[in-house]
Amino acid sequence: MLEHYVSLFLKAVFVENMALAFFLGMCTFLAVSKKVKTSVGLGIAVIVVQGITVPVNNIIYQGLLNEGALWWLGLEDVDLRFLGLISYIGVIAALVQILEMTLDRFFPALYNALGIFLPLITVNCAILGGSLFMVERDYNFPESVVYGLGSGVGWALAIAALAGIREKLKYSDVPDGLKGLGITFITVGLMALGFMVFSGIQL
Amino acid sequence: MASNKEILISPIFVNNPIALQILGICSALAVTSKMTTTLTMCASVIAVISCSNLAVSCIRNFIPGSIRIIVQMAIIASLVIVVDQVLKAFLFSVSKDLSVFVGLIITNCIVMGRAEGFAMKNGPLESLLDGFGNGLGYSVVLIFVAFIRELFGFGKLFDLTVFTPVTAGGWYAPNGLMVLPPSAFFIIGLFIWILRTAKPDQVEKEG
Repeated sequence: MLEHYVSLFLKAVFVENMALAFFLGMCTFLAVSKKVKTSVGLGIAVIVVQGITVPVNNIIYQGLLNEGALWWLGLEDVDLRFLGLISYIGVIAALVQILEMTLDRFFPALYNALGIFLPLITVNCAILGGSLFMVERDYNFPESVVYGLGSGVGWALAIAALAGIREKLKYSDVPDGLKGLGITFITVGLMALGFMVFSGIQL
Repeated sequence: MASNKEILISPIFVNNPIALQILGICSALAVTSKMTTTLTMCASVIAVISCSNLAVSCIRNFIPGSIRIIVQMAIIASLVIVVDQVLKAFLFSVSKDLSVFVGLIITNCIVMGRAEGFAMKNGPLESLLDGFGNGLGYSVVLIFVAFIRELFGFGKLFDLTVFTPVTAGGWYAPNGLMVLPPSAFFIIGLFIWILRTAKPDQVEKEG
């Protein structure tokens, strides 16, 4: 039983890496990866948000939206799956807002460092994507906890790795027009090609 | 105060949302392997971003600051569900190709970024134009990427054969890399390079 969860976790971190295998959460991935310190902070924020939202959305999906989930109200044939998108995004937006207030109150330095990108976690496709994948693969509650944490960790690892590369890139002589964003795109493209190595691994 | 024309035109080249503000990249990578899907996606994004900017701007004075994100999300999510239903009703085959990505418009940072960054501070008409302009700026980049990827990846444009591939007895060997998602990174990277060579003031300072 334990192996099942360990392999699910490793799969979410490496084989199905949110950033480099599915290209989700790219906006923040490219914009906040200038310094290792900031990107680790953002990575932790993503792990926390992902680790909470995926299980919460799992409860909502299994308990309210899925076909026949409302049996306890005597409504066996009600299918509310079309409300999925708006419910998941509602949960995510509410959680991010709470996280923003908490950081503002207790960790002002991190709050200032993340700036506009904290509200943008709401529109981080990796977060919504995590919930959608959870629904698509029909995970049960413990699996969704493991998957949420794993996919968050994978995304955080990827952004920390990219930030490390970008810090080194500062010392190289990049053509003027490619400086900053341009060379980052090409770096991420190469990293993504590298990560395709994991795509065939069975756990 | 910028004129309405500037608000409309500047996001397309001067202040392009993808090339400069790094917003809305996810869908740019996912839907650009074919021209048909790309054009539908662009039309959907333009519709959603214009309407959401207009709606947010109209009620901006009534939104309490601490819950603004959730209000914007609700507006955008409803609009995306509308677009999704319209596509399913009138363009079923294309909507099947796009299914996941239409949902992902909700998480397209351009829509949210413009609602938060522009519509919350400006009147309805300017916001509508800003949304439309940013949608166009997004479309220009996407169409450019899709053009290259479909032409060199499959030898086709809009599913019509332009270069006859070797497998069909022609001369063109399709470039497999162009079909893979990482190629979109390289193309956007090069696009930014071209854009910034033409407009040197956009080159980033060492930071």
